[in-house]
Amino acid sequence: MTVVVVVAAVMVAVAALLALVRIERGPSMLDRALGLDLLAATLVGAIAIEAAWNRRTETIPILVALSLVGFVGSVAIARFAAREPSRAERRAVDDRAAEDRAADDRAADDRPADDRAEEDR
Amino acid sequence: MTGAESEHARGGLGRVLAQWPALVGLTLVWVLLWGQLSWGNVVGGLLLAVLVVVAFPLPPIPSRGTFRPVPFAGLLGRFVTDLVVASFQVAWVAVRPGPQPQGAVVQVRLRNPDDVYLTTTAVLSTLVPGTMIVEAERDTGMLSVHVLDIEGSGGPDGVRRYLLDLEDRVLRSFAPRDVLARCAAQDGTEGTR
Amino acid sequence: MTEVEPGFWTTVADVVAGVSLLAGAFLTLAAAVGALRFDSLLARMHAITKPQVLGLVLLLLGLALRVRSWSAVAMLVLVVVFQLATAPVSAHLVSRAGFRTGKVDPDALVPNEMDPEARRD
Repeated sequence: MTVVVVVAAVMVAVAALLALVRIERGPSMLDRALGLDLLAATLVGAIAIEAAWNRRTETIPILVALSLVGFVGSVAIARFAAREPSRAERRAVDDRAAEDRAADDRAADDRPADDRAEEDR
Repeated sequence: MTGAESEHARGGLGRVLAQWPALVGLTLVWVLLWGQLSWGNVVGGLLLAVLVVVAFPLPPIPSRGTFRPVPFAGLLGRFVTDLVVASFQVAWVAVRPGPQPQGAVVQVRLRNPDDVYLTTTAVLSTLVPGTMIVEAERDTGMLSVHVLDIEGSGGPDGVRRYLLDLEDRVLRSFAPRDVLARCAAQDGTEGTR
Repeated sequence: MTEVEPGFWTTVADVVAGVSLLAGAFLTLAAAVGALRFDSLLARMHAITKPQVLGLVLLLLGLALRVRSWSAVAMLVLVVVFQLATAPVSAHLVSRAGFRTGKVDPDALVPNEMDPEARRD
C-alpha cells in the first residue's frame, strides 16, 4: 500500500503543478478558470489519498466543500468573461446572425439587462 | 407535478408540496451530509428543504415524464462504460506523443426539444466520448457540440448518430408514450440531419 | 462473507482500493497533461471534463474501500453526484463564453457548423 500511495500522491502532485503552470500561462481568464477547476480537483484527490492511507474519515467533509469550489469559481469567471468584449463588437456579431431567430434568442441571453429588462437576473 | 391552475388555487402550501421531488432530494442530500439516518436528520433536512424551496422558488418544470426501469438501466450502464472509455481515450490523446487531433463543431437537431430531455441529453453527452456541448437552443432543440477528435469519432455523421442514439435512450427511459410515437414517426426525416 | 476468514475480504478491498487509487491518480495526471498540452480552449475543456471526473471518482472509490464506513461512503457518494452534475455545466459555460468572446479560433475547427454561413437550417 505504501508504494501505491506514494506513486498516486506523486502523480496528483505533478498534476497540481501542471495546473499551476496553466493558471500562470493563461492566456485568457477562461483558461485560468479551467486551471483552478483542475487545481481544486487535485486538492480533493490529494486529501482523498491521504485519508485512504491513514483510513481516516474526519477530512471527508472537506472533500464535499472543495468539490463545489471549483464549480462555483469557473461559473463565476465564465459569467464575467462573457462580458469582456465591448458592446458594439458583440452587437455586430449579433446582427450577422439576426436572420436566424433562434440564434438571436441565444445571443440575447447574455446581452446587458437594458435589452431585455423583463427577463434574466 | 399537477396543472398550474390547481397549484395557484391551493396557494403557498400547495406550491411547496407540488415540488415534493425537490424536497425529497434536498432532504436526502442533508441526510447524506450527516452520514447517518436518524429522525433528527430527516426532520431537520425536511425543514431546511422547505426553507430552500420557499426562499429560492423555481419555475415549475412542465414535464409529464414516466420512468421505465429497464431502459433506464440500459442508459445507466451504457453511460458508465462510455464514461470510462471516454476518459481513457481523452487521457491517451493527452499523453501520447505526436500531433494533436483535429477538433470540430458539429450541429445536431434533437427530435424532441423538450427542456428536460434536451438537458439530460446535453449533460450526458458532455461526459461521454469526445463531445462537449457549446450551445443548446431550447426552441429548436439544436445542439452544437465540440468534438475533440473528429476523425476518431467517425466524422460529423458519426457524432450525430451517437447523439441521436443517446437521445433515443433518454427518451425511452423517461418520455411518455405519445412523445415516443411522435419521435418514431419523425425518424428518417429529421433524424438524419 | 463470514464463511471466509475475515482477513480475505479486507485484503481484496485493499487491493481494489490500491488499483483504483492508482488509476484515479493517473487520470488526474492525464487531465493535467491535456490541460497543459492541448492548444485550444475547447480541447483543454475536454481534458478537464472527462478524465478528471472519472479520476476523481476512482480516487474516492479507493478511499471508500479503505475506510469502509457507511457515513463516509454517504458523503463520498454526494461528492461524486456533485461532480457528475457540475462538470458538464461548467464545461458548457466556459466553452460558450469562450465562443462568444472570440477566444476560440473558428478556423481551427474543421468542420465548424457553428459558422453562420455554414448553417444548414
